[in-house]
Amino acid sequence: MTEVAAAPTSMRQARAREWRSFVRRFSRKPLGVMGLVIVLALVFCAIFAPMLATHDPYAISLPERLAAPSATYWLGADELGRDIYSRIIYGSRLTLFIVVLVVVTSAPIGLLIGVIAGNYGGMIDRVFMRVTDVFLAVPKLLLALAFVAALGPGIVNAALAITLTAWPPYARLARAETLLIRNTDYVNAVRLAGASEWRIMMLHIVPMCTSSVIVRMTFDMAGIILTAAGLGFIGLGAQPPLPEWGAMISTGRKFIFDQWWVATAPGFAIFIVSLAFNLLGDALRDLLDPHLRQRR
Amino acid sequence: MRKPRVLKRLRGVVGFLLSLAVTLFGLVLLTFLIGRVVPIDPVLKIVGEKAPEAVYQRVYLELGLDKPLLVQFGNYLSQLVRGDFGVSFSTTRPVLKDLLGFFPATLELATIGLLIGIFFGVPMGVASAYWHDKWPDHVLRLVGLVGYSVPIFWLGLVALFVFYYLLNWVSGPGRVDVFFQGVVPNVTGAILIDSLLAGEKEIFRNAISHMALPALLLGYYSLAYISRMTRSVMLQELNHEYVLTARLKGAREVSVVMYHALRNAAIPLITVIALSYGGLLEGSVLIETIFGWPGIGNYLFSSLLAADMNAVLGGTILVGTVFVLLNTFSDLLYRIADPRSQDGKA
Repeated sequence: MTEVAAAPTSMRQARAREWRSFVRRFSRKPLGVMGLVIVLALVFCAIFAPMLATHDPYAISLPERLAAPSATYWLGADELGRDIYSRIIYGSRLTLFIVVLVVVTSAPIGLLIGVIAGNYGGMIDRVFMRVTDVFLAVPKLLLALAFVAALGPGIVNAALAITLTAWPPYARLARAETLLIRNTDYVNAVRLAGASEWRIMMLHIVPMCTSSVIVRMTFDMAGIILTAAGLGFIGLGAQPPLPEWGAMISTGRKFIFDQWWVATAPGFAIFIVSLAFNLLGDALRDLLDPHLRQRR
Repeated sequence: MRKPRVLKRLRGVVGFLLSLAVTLFGLVLLTFLIGRVVPIDPVLKIVGEKAPEAVYQRVYLELGLDKPLLVQFGNYLSQLVRGDFGVSFSTTRPVLKDLLGFFPATLELATIGLLIGIFFGVPMGVASAYWHDKWPDHVLRLVGLVGYSVPIFWLGLVALFVFYYLLNWVSGPGRVDVFFQGVVPNVTGAILIDSLLAGEKEIFRNAISHMALPALLLGYYSLAYISRMTRSVMLQELNHEYVLTARLKGAREVSVVMYHALRNAAIPLITVIALSYGGLLEGSVLIETIFGWPGIGNYLFSSLLAADMNAVLGGTILVGTVFVLLNTFSDLLYRIADPRSQDGKA
């Protein structure tokens, strides 16, 4: 910075300034901006799916079965003559649904466990972290597969299964942050002033963990999309006729040699969205978590 | 007062084994919960909805579901320790026998994939760190990031379409061509080694052309992780002062990077490679189903479709155990290889 700005006079002003500087630094990262644009496009598709789609994603039209890409069927038609383009557009809703469901469940669970373990220490810490380590040590995809197999296939069950495997990294992260914060002067001051441990954790420690949790979440979203697609591909995720991208690849698999577009298009969708989350995560990590490089 | 070294070592070893045992116990407990508690009715999962009442009752008693949960878990545990994983409903053979039969094929594929990943990933990471934030770094990072983001089963399908169907460069799904199947005596379970042992060059070549695509894909999958971690480890090393010292003393750049920095980076890289080996065993589930590779992944896939829980859980335990052992092993190797981790801390 070239000029020394006057000290902020209010909390709001300080926050606004912080935000502006964040936006400025973020806009200098072209790949991160690209990721953000694609993610926003995904949200846009999900919201305005009925307007963007050219066909009803469930409308079966057997004469058009496996039609090649054309002016009416932009990306071709699938084995029941449904428009693949429209199905991909509607599929963005399912993808977002799973991602959001997993993130809003796994991140708070992990955060809570990590903060409690880190703050109390001792026996609680040891037990909680041992459980976390067991979950970390088990192969994720297999655990999710077994879990959905037991629970029965379905989009919500798939999200639950992914949650089951996704929370441990958050717990580790939150615990590490908590250990650094729990004995800082400001936390001790709050403690001396008579705040309960619960209040300290929720109002003073958790907010300090958010930036690293957000970074981790962004990266995780890419992984969640891939796992959900994998579950859908195996047939344990979203069930037909839902236009889930992984399940669409699975039906297209039978026609890969002669009607390659059936399986190829949804795969591109998964790839682009997951790449976007990774690019966004990369940029956010550089901005929000400067000390990550030393820790890992 | 310092404790005698032998005692300290012993305590370390005991603690180590204990933590390994606890992790494995946790793995078994998890699979037990998934198999017995998560399904609303495990019997129904086995016999189906149309089974007569008598069959239902028999299976109910056979599973020991009338006993308390703790007793059930004890029985489950003792069965597992005796190597009894139950019987697979789809193959009607003991699950363990099935798994051990399919495991070598998976191991072979994952090992070759890992070798490819190391062969390309480590140099990529080193180059990326050396030209940090210059264009080679950006290009290499993007290559790695694509590997992180692409659904591997889809890439497998596309690769099969392009290289097998369109270009006909490689052979299609399966391990060898149909008429080569069962020709070579099964010695190690790895087709490449077995065919060489039998002196069948033709089969060896055929197996390579079958393996090329899945192995390269798994290689790319692990390369993404390996190159990324190599880059970050090498970045740290290259910033150390000993690198500067070596340069000041007039060492050539190649020797500074390869001999000084990479050697120090090698220790953390061992952990990375062990972890990605575990990841490959898991990643092969999807790849094997695409390429019809007769390994654990394919077995799990067909068991999942048949709702064959014994086989699914058995496979999870097997791969999970290998995974845990790999993690522990790499941890151990790290401690042995890095003198800094031996004294004092940890």
